[in-house]
Amino acid sequence: MEWANQLCENRQFGSKMTDSKYFTTTKKGEIFELKAELNSDKKEKKKEAVKKVIASMTVGKDVSALFPDVVNCMQTDNLELKKLVYLYLMNYAKSQPDMAIMAVNTFVKDCEDANPLIRALAVRTMGCIRVDKITEYLCEPLRKCLKDEDPYVRKTAAVCVAKLHDINAQLVEDQGFLDTLKDLISDSNPMVVANAVAALSEIAESHPNSNLLDLNPQSINKLLTALNECTEWGQIFILDCLANYTPRDDRESQSICERVTPRLSHANSAVVLSAVKVLMKFMEMLPKDLDYYSTLLKKLAPPLVTLLSAEPELQYVALRNINLIVQKRPEILKHEMKVFFVKYNDPIYVKLEKLDIMIRLASQANIAQVLAELKEYATEVDVDFVRKAVRAIGRCAIKVEQSAERCVSTLLDLIQTKVNYVVQEAIVVIKDIFRKYPNKYESVIATLCENLDSLDEPEARAAMIWIVGEYAERIDNADELLESFLEGFHDESTQVQLQLLTAIVKLFLKKPTETQELVQQVLSLATQDSDNPDLRDRGYIYWRLLSTDPVAAKEVVLAEKPLISEETDLIEPTLLEELICHIGTLASVYHKPPSAFVEGSRGVMHKRLPARTGSGESTESPDVGAAGGSAPEAAPSIIPSQGDLLGDLLNLDMAPPTTSGPPPPSTGMQMGGMDLLGGGLDSLMGDESEPLGGDIGGSPAMGAGFGAAPAVMPASLNAPVGGGLGDLFDLGGVGMPMGAYIPPKIVWLPAMKAKGLEISGTFARRAGVIQMELILTNKAMSVMTDFAIQFNRNSFGLAPAGPLQVLTPLGPNQTIEVSLPLSTVGPVMKMDPLNNLQVAVKNNIDVFYFSCQYPISMLFVEDGKMERQVFLATWKDIPNDNESQFQIKDCHLNSDAASSKLQGSNIFTIAKRTVEGQDMLYMSIKLSNGIWVLAELRVQAGNPNYTISLKCRAPEVSQCVFQCYEAVLKN
Amino acid sequence: MIGGLFIYNHKGEVLISRVYRDDIGKGPFPNCFHKVGCTESYRMRNAVDAFRVNVIHARQQVRSPVTNIARTSFFHVKRSNIWLAAVTKQNVNAAMVFEFLYKMCDVMTAYFGKISEENIKNNFVLIYELLDEILDFGYPQNSETGALKTFITQTGIKSQSKEEQSQITSQVTGQIGWRREGIKYRRNELFLDVLESVNLLMSPQGQVLSAHVSGRVVMKSYLSGMPECKFGMNDKIVIDKQGKGGATEEQSIAIDDCTFHQCVRLSKFDAERSISFIPPDGECELMRYRTTKDIILPFRVIPLVREVGRTKLEVKVVIKSNFKPSLLAQKIEVRIPTPLNTSGVQVICMKGKAKYKASENAIVWKIKRMAGMKESQISAEIELLPTNDKKKWARPPISMNFEVPFAPSGLKVRYLKVFEPKLNYSDHDVIKWVRYIGRSGIYETRC
Repeated sequence: MEWANQLCENRQFGSKMTDSKYFTTTKKGEIFELKAELNSDKKEKKKEAVKKVIASMTVGKDVSALFPDVVNCMQTDNLELKKLVYLYLMNYAKSQPDMAIMAVNTFVKDCEDANPLIRALAVRTMGCIRVDKITEYLCEPLRKCLKDEDPYVRKTAAVCVAKLHDINAQLVEDQGFLDTLKDLISDSNPMVVANAVAALSEIAESHPNSNLLDLNPQSINKLLTALNECTEWGQIFILDCLANYTPRDDRESQSICERVTPRLSHANSAVVLSAVKVLMKFMEMLPKDLDYYSTLLKKLAPPLVTLLSAEPELQYVALRNINLIVQKRPEILKHEMKVFFVKYNDPIYVKLEKLDIMIRLASQANIAQVLAELKEYATEVDVDFVRKAVRAIGRCAIKVEQSAERCVSTLLDLIQTKVNYVVQEAIVVIKDIFRKYPNKYESVIATLCENLDSLDEPEARAAMIWIVGEYAERIDNADELLESFLEGFHDESTQVQLQLLTAIVKLFLKKPTETQELVQQVLSLATQDSDNPDLRDRGYIYWRLLSTDPVAAKEVVLAEKPLISEETDLIEPTLLEELICHIGTLASVYHKPPSAFVEGSRGVMHKRLPARTGSGESTESPDVGAAGGSAPEAAPSIIPSQGDLLGDLLNLDMAPPTTSGPPPPSTGMQMGGMDLLGGGLDSLMGDESEPLGGDIGGSPAMGAGFGAAPAVMPASLNAPVGGGLGDLFDLGGVGMPMGAYIPPKIVWLPAMKAKGLEISGTFARRAGVIQMELILTNKAMSVMTDFAIQFNRNSFGLAPAGPLQVLTPLGPNQTIEVSLPLSTVGPVMKMDPLNNLQVAVKNNIDVFYFSCQYPISMLFVEDGKMERQVFLATWKDIPNDNESQFQIKDCHLNSDAASSKLQGSNIFTIAKRTVEGQDMLYMSIKLSNGIWVLAELRVQAGNPNYTISLKCRAPEVSQCVFQCYEAVLKN
Repeated sequence: MIGGLFIYNHKGEVLISRVYRDDIGKGPFPNCFHKVGCTESYRMRNAVDAFRVNVIHARQQVRSPVTNIARTSFFHVKRSNIWLAAVTKQNVNAAMVFEFLYKMCDVMTAYFGKISEENIKNNFVLIYELLDEILDFGYPQNSETGALKTFITQTGIKSQSKEEQSQITSQVTGQIGWRREGIKYRRNELFLDVLESVNLLMSPQGQVLSAHVSGRVVMKSYLSGMPECKFGMNDKIVIDKQGKGGATEEQSIAIDDCTFHQCVRLSKFDAERSISFIPPDGECELMRYRTTKDIILPFRVIPLVREVGRTKLEVKVVIKSNFKPSLLAQKIEVRIPTPLNTSGVQVICMKGKAKYKASENAIVWKIKRMAGMKESQISAEIELLPTNDKKKWARPPISMNFEVPFAPSGLKVRYLKVFEPKLNYSDHDVIKWVRYIGRSGIYETRC
């Protein structure tokens, strides 16, 4: 250590105290000399010697050999010397555990010193001596110090519990220190509270499931009180702890927010960020229509902006966090674009982060300003920054359509500068712009081609090759250009090779006559001379395609490409939620969950934002976009009956459900089981395109199959449903029960009328849920996205219970089956005919309208079986004027078969009477809006014509009900 | 929490090393010499070395103030050529770690002046003592220098009486940790400095791209006892609240955001927007604020750069002062960047002195004083060496420095009332001084 050898002025000559002489070393026999000095009688000399030892320790010399001599100096009333010896002890005790015991006595004695500073010093140092043998001796002194009269000792002892826990967790639990620590949360001194909170939080982190902190409204109130009084650091500990609490309801959430908001004006940025964390988290629970919610949003922006005037390192932390906040709640900072403009002297890490946020905030309103800035940045010095600025221009073009043209011309200007990396970066982003706006900016291709030779980065070369291949028909010398790349084919990176292969095949398909030789060359290069399996495979596929079916090849290779998304580099929503819970911490700086960089049990626990649970009624369902992965949460709300059973199964909870309520009619239950199976598998596969459920329970073919087996209910139907998937499979295999009648799908909206979108569909009732089952077919040439559906008001208040789940874009000639759960709580308007439904379907192309008629049997609910007595009374009660009679012709079922078939559609037979060879079936039906329909069905053996009488307080429905009878019995 | 704290010199040698937690020694760190079966203290050195090798000795510019090496995170700040690094293995509060490092610098400066290798070596025992006190098991503790100086001194620890001891502990842990009881002055006096730095980014066409003032109210108080103070300024929200009452002649300003010293009662500010506090003795930064509306831009810079052929540039810059003619701006400096391939410069200026500084690639034009509503001009001819460099000159912005005797935000101190109920002096007996200084922050005009 060079500097340690410097000679420094002697202390005696200067009035200023200088310690640097202790770094001076005499190389030979140094340890020996120090030993002698340590054992000197003179106090001053001893102290000097210890200082020298500490200095050697600092520069990394091993002075552990002096351990006994240094420990001997411990028994002193000189506080300065004591502190030095303690410092030495902390460093070397572990390497000399036997000797360290010598120190115990002194600690125990010091813990009872009259001077609180010494008591605290002892308890502080004690915890830093990580020797197992010693720790148990320290429990008694620590216990005393935790109850010391002096707050300074108590706050030090609180931290010491955390230290001890780190060495020996079991000991701390056995000794009951955790309870003492919990008591300190109610201490009168705010700093003691803060340290106790810090210690408990840390201990709780290593016991993820213990309810150590036990946060409840009372303890939260204590913390909030201490928050106003303790030091800046204490405020951080408390706020970070508060952030782990989940308020019971929105009112509590709001009251905590109100008490945390003043912290946003604290001078310490960490206090501000921790307060932001608490607010961002608790805000989740507030109803959006609350005035306070918008007030809070407004209050968050200024402090976040102020963080940007902090020192650069803190700015960096703030910016990384703002990046998360902007993704979660873009509205907070949408008007603050200017503060993220890069300053010339900002450190590079600040510049890069600001740029990122600028792009996220870019919108039509500010795009002109943003572009002007980005253009400015593209001329700066730092290569990374310039590249990112160029890329940002491309992202603006893709994000804000109105600006695309300006962006493209800016990029062209930049290409003219001929600065190599700028040109390459520009070409990469222009490729993306072509993808987003096909057939719009191809005029610039010529300019791009001029720069072909200067491209030396794989990504840029690949992008350029893609452009040439994609627009081969417009580039006269496309073959020459591609051929020039082919020469050094094997020196290119895989990315370029793959792109080149595809581009030449595209070229061949577009200009087959001139390029036969070229395509053969590239195919042989890819398949015969390459070791890369991806490349070879792709080569073979093209080869076979081209040789067997050129038309198919064209369809595959030149297929229309799906559009690219507008936002890039977005953090995946569940990760984003977790990171929001970690605002201010390292996780938010790295944009990684703590488990990615923290070892052991700490931080493994995944934090999540609280869900909105209103104390007051609020029918608003959770914001689907914001609460990522809301599918399982949404499920119960769309299934009114049997909700808990279904919910359990959907969560794949295999425990047999204990449904205590009255069991629903067995057939309905059966259907429920089957549909669950389908639904469960669906969600397992995470794909909506091939719903298995549709095949099992939904297809008309299946319905016909049910009809063909008019068996009596199998006994197994009464077995408990939901004993596990195995049971469900069994049920599916044993008796094919009667299903509810599902009309075959018919075309509702022909493609001619809807710019290529064809919709056919039907209605079904499964497990008490009305489903609208749709088949969407794209018969147009372009991709369809952004589907949505809406109903006009109708007689029974049918309305979609959720959004139309078409997650992937629908490509040309693709078909997708969707089933849309319906509720009957929508607005009501009487339609003519009664069961008419007017539907509007929207996609990215247009809005289309059609109307369809649903079988009213969809509305027959499962609990429509009336008591006999009630039936009789009601039948009499309803005036005869309301009775209507219909004939059902050509029906060859006997009365029992008819009865069980009707039961599948929730038409329940209550009684049967046989009079003179004529079976009289009395049936009841309940509609979803509570209307009862009573029926009398007369079946004469050998007569294919049935007579049916319907009685209802609302006679309008009779006609529809009759149609249902007919449909059910005849299918 | 923080696992360890190291101070390095510019060569990467360790001056101070304090380890709070064992875990930080567990590498394995790449590029570091790793001894087999080494002792605890040697393993600690791995973390120390990892930072030196990967950050201090790294070839490129520092790309992030937080570095993760082998699952160990290093936070660093630099003061002149001294590096302070905090090390951790946990998911710590990153903002807190940096705030702590700054605070650590403040505390060291308060104790022994500038942070330099020399000073650190001369005070290493003191630094260890401080680190022991203000960081316990990696948790920052009270770090107010006022309180610390009562029991950690450079001249060894004085023996204290029992009363003194309990006074110290109650102050360190107390609600008012920043002030001790029993302060007495013969003359009660206080000084308020409103210090503002005005920041501007202007386009070559004179369009304001962004402008803001970041201001500080610094208070130096020499008051006896535990004085209760109340501070008032022409904050728009307060003045609007007070309504019509005669405040019409007073211009109010819109403050975007403000932060306060920990002595200010934040909940009171949040509820009533009144600033009340018991100040620390001596100097403290009472408040920081930021404004963006109706800023008085003291100077306007009008650049004109013309490229004459490939080897010559003509630059003309006009500056206009934009404030009351009776006021004087001082220490005016205009910095006009020149290309790297400049071979010679000829300058003519109407006022002040201008010089081409080749080492800084800039023409520096200095004017000692300039009154308001005046105008001055400089013109320069820059000769360039022909180069093959394809990359165009980036044209850094023209920057400006100055000092003016008013607050560019328009902030005015309306009152600072002092109440000390226990001692017999009243608000009128306190001698108060207020001063406004506006300085340039980053004041740039693109050319």
